[in-house]
Amino acid sequence: MPGPIQSIERAAAVLRLLARGSGHHGLTEIADSLGLARGTAHGILRTLQRVEFVEQDPATGRYRLGAALLHLGTSYLDANELRSRSINWADTLAARSGQEVRIGMHHDGAVLVVHHVFRPDDSVQTLGIGAMLPLHATALGKVLLAYDPDLSAAARRRELTSLTRRTITRTQMLERVLTEVRGQGWAGEAEEYMPGEASIAAPIRIPGGLVVGAIGISGAADRLCDSAGRPRATLVRQVVQAAEAVTTSLVDEN
Amino acid sequence: MQRFVMAIDQGTTSTRCIVFDQNARLVAVAQREHRQYHPRPGWVEQDAVEIWRNVDRIVPQALRQAGISAEQVVAMGITNQRETFVLWDRHTGVPIGRAIVWEDIRTEDLVAELGRKPGIEEVRDRCGLPLATYFSAPSLRWMLDNVAGLRAKAERGDVLFGTMDTWLIWNLTGGVNGGLHVTDVTNASRTMLMNLSTRQWDPMLLEFFGVPAVVLPEIRPSTEISGVTTRVVPGISITAALGDQHAALFGQTCFEKGSIKGTYGTGGFLLMNTGDELVRSKHGLLTTIGYQIGGEPAYALEGSIAVAGSLVQWFRDNLGLIHSAPEIETLARTVKDNGGCYIVPAFSGLFAPHWLAQARGLVVGLTSYINKGHLARAVLEATGWQTREVVDAMNADLGAPTPVLKVDGGMTADHLLMQFISDVLDIPVQRPLVAETVSLGAAYAAGLAAGYWPDLEGLRRNWHLAARWNPVMDAKYRENEYANWKRAVELTFAWARSSPST
Repeated sequence: MPGPIQSIERAAAVLRLLARGSGHHGLTEIADSLGLARGTAHGILRTLQRVEFVEQDPATGRYRLGAALLHLGTSYLDANELRSRSINWADTLAARSGQEVRIGMHHDGAVLVVHHVFRPDDSVQTLGIGAMLPLHATALGKVLLAYDPDLSAAARRRELTSLTRRTITRTQMLERVLTEVRGQGWAGEAEEYMPGEASIAAPIRIPGGLVVGAIGISGAADRLCDSAGRPRATLVRQVVQAAEAVTTSLVDEN
Repeated sequence: MQRFVMAIDQGTTSTRCIVFDQNARLVAVAQREHRQYHPRPGWVEQDAVEIWRNVDRIVPQALRQAGISAEQVVAMGITNQRETFVLWDRHTGVPIGRAIVWEDIRTEDLVAELGRKPGIEEVRDRCGLPLATYFSAPSLRWMLDNVAGLRAKAERGDVLFGTMDTWLIWNLTGGVNGGLHVTDVTNASRTMLMNLSTRQWDPMLLEFFGVPAVVLPEIRPSTEISGVTTRVVPGISITAALGDQHAALFGQTCFEKGSIKGTYGTGGFLLMNTGDELVRSKHGLLTTIGYQIGGEPAYALEGSIAVAGSLVQWFRDNLGLIHSAPEIETLARTVKDNGGCYIVPAFSGLFAPHWLAQARGLVVGLTSYINKGHLARAVLEATGWQTREVVDAMNADLGAPTPVLKVDGGMTADHLLMQFISDVLDIPVQRPLVAETVSLGAAYAAGLAAGYWPDLEGLRRNWHLAARWNPVMDAKYRENEYANWKRAVELTFAWARSSPST
């Protein structure tokens, strides 16, 4: 077993220091209190600031605990914020793939659609923002399940509703598929949600790797899949690239 | 060899170079911000040389990013912040002072003075614009009056005037070595010096503002710029120029009479294509040129909303009720309606269709029931109702209701706002797949001029629907809410009247 990681111990010490007393400290104070070089302390504070565990007062330059610590575990990213940050990449994905695009986040045991871009063929379509989709039968849902141990445990305890004759209804089968999703970094589904329809999705992460949502395309199964019923490699690549671009945009602007 | 079109978007805060392919897909983007100077309260200036240097960097950068050579660029289109202009020495190319930006209000007193001059009614008739600080002519007059020796030098023909399109085209096509001194009709239409009917500089307007004709560029149709770059990346044809909001109208393919686009950013800019009809607004809108492709222009009516996204920024930065702008929607969704609360964001007066500089903002309908969720709703609804006022004015001026609103800009990511705009207008709201409508409009105009795209129909085929919001609001509820909004707006007038004049 590897030994303790020094920088994490130091970060914990910084947080403990800020959590007691006045709660406002300058860089030198923090470095001196913990016996750290200023450069080291600065690096730790900058990283903690990036993950929003620490805030810097713009007027005094002093550090304090960040608001994110107070609601740790409730929400990592606002759904409307995610839509706003990802809108250009979702448009690009729709333009390149020729398919409709959705971005989903987990809500109340289902996929909440937080963004939707129409298939760019000018056919009549209905905006699906706010719709709920099943976790186990869609590519978006499988991505969310694959990277959230609690969610997949809850799914195992519940009955998996059959929506088509191809919907995965056996827990063991779903487990196998989720392991595969984690291995390849994307999820696919053909006619498991609706006959004739298929979908492909990939994870959106915040810095550190936590998956906060999924972006994916959906459309006619014969367009999305090859003759063997496997998702087409070009489309998979486009979806994964879009997910990576959104992930990067979340890093940039933090 | 695959070929592309390039757009330079010279905006208020940054300059961007974007490369598009034949399907109007974005291939590369390079961008550089420039500094804003505030030498005195109310003054806003920019360094035209800095902007030119930025263009010098971003054009090669965009080509590198796209992995293409200059020969693969069939045409370049220029679009720009409107009304901002610079004066420079014709023989050295050196600017005389900094560029005066459209936001600059140094001419407030001068504008009041000019407003009392005989002939002021005639001015509005000829140029289609009300006398205001942000059009170019008052600031140009201010420069001629306040920079020592400038008027004499200008009258001798040693000085050139240009909005940012003109400045960039002159420099790109050679500068002191035979640079083209031209502008397009849409940019010229924002100076207050162009006659809308003749689309030439108007002697009466030049006389009124005291501007010597010799400083002004030649006015050309939007797609007849006909220059070739000799600097930065030599050999690229510059075929088109358009003001930014006009480019957005074109990029949204609003080619039919009666079609409207709304760009929602810091402010909101609505333009309606009125076709070959020069409509003089009776309802508080501006008359302008939409674009001119070939011989005849498409006229347009414009209604600007001063405060749209900036109200959300105010809510975030000054009230601290949200962390980021998109969170306004999350907060607004914690309540089901505005709870009877309305916010009129007349931070620096009201623009279209009221044009009341003295009006100030207000929050009305406060009760102990109102919480921050209701306020967040009132913030978003303010943009919706201001849109309704402008669209109502457009419909009244044209005499026919528009069937749909095409939207672009950052605020289109706000789902609640877009639904609300559709609800209060009672028409569908449509968002296109390409969000960069300003750059795309300039690219379209340039590509059209170069034969890269065959005709307007070809461009329209590139427009794809990304989202559509349909109205669902009950008609009675809508009219009742609109009446409440109008009463709130009237209260800002009352406040303006009761304040001591300054």
